[in-house]
Amino acid sequence: MIEALAFYMFATILIMSALMVITARNPVYAVLFLILAFFNAAGLFILLGAEFIAMILVIVYVGAVAVLFLFVVMMLNIGQSNVKTGLVKYMPVGALVGFTLLGELIWLYTSWDISKYAVHQRLAPILAEDSEISNTHALGEILYTNNVYLFQLSGLILLVAMIGAIVLTLRSRKGVRKQTISEQVSRERSDVIEVKHVGFGKGVQ
Amino acid sequence: MEQAFLIDYFPIFVFIMIAIGISTMAIIASWIVGRQKPDDEKTSPYECGFEPFEDARGKFDVRFYLVAILFIIFDLEVAFLFPWAVSLGSIGLFGFWSMVVFLAVLTIGFIYEWKKGALEWE
Repeated sequence: MIEALAFYMFATILIMSALMVITARNPVYAVLFLILAFFNAAGLFILLGAEFIAMILVIVYVGAVAVLFLFVVMMLNIGQSNVKTGLVKYMPVGALVGFTLLGELIWLYTSWDISKYAVHQRLAPILAEDSEISNTHALGEILYTNNVYLFQLSGLILLVAMIGAIVLTLRSRKGVRKQTISEQVSRERSDVIEVKHVGFGKGVQ
Repeated sequence: MEQAFLIDYFPIFVFIMIAIGISTMAIIASWIVGRQKPDDEKTSPYECGFEPFEDARGKFDVRFYLVAILFIIFDLEVAFLFPWAVSLGSIGLFGFWSMVVFLAVLTIGFIYEWKKGALEWE
């Protein structure tokens, strides 16, 4: 009873906030509604029993990806006015992509023959009700040993992302005065001070 | 689909309810108690007495974005550490060393970004 109530509450808020993401006039508000949608999706995951994914959704998506989206919105400097200007222009392409995806989903759900065992296996990492092992533990059991290649591959992907981000966005500016501590410390007296013997009535050259 | 572990989330539910209650109370109370005399000047942005020079939504430097991306990558790395730490007792030495290799790969990236000066703010 409470679970059903919670499900409908999360689902309703999720769909409403997702609608607000694409209709909000101010792009910053759109990102904030996206964060609300992430939170409600995390709630839905908890109801499904996928606690680890729910927590990761909050940590990674709300904590990091949403911040990134905010940066993008602020970097692009989209005003409130010029959001809707390209609507007519991009409508056909957007509608084409959207309806293709919708058609594929409908085709998938109508033609997919679901095995009767699949219903029990649907929540694969989640163990039986009476099991004492938690969701996170069950993931850890197989991720680092059975699926070690995929795990290392994800590490390499993260490395590529890191290096790619640095190569693409890092540019060093010329003429910026920086403090180089080793240079300061290794300065000798003879490097900077020079004793000039100035002759009478001649001045320094 | 009655699941027993949902009981564990009851304290979080209580916290959320208290947070919602206090925040709505604060808004409603200030709306009722405070005198409402709206004015154009009161809602306009205030910048030390003179008219604002420009819009508050200026462009951000792209370097903020670089810092955010690097943060996300290490955030994901930490996300991999959680199940590892929980199940470390049962995955044995192999699981331990597979995580060490994973961390070593990311440490290479960390050394690269340190040496490149991506973490410095000119």
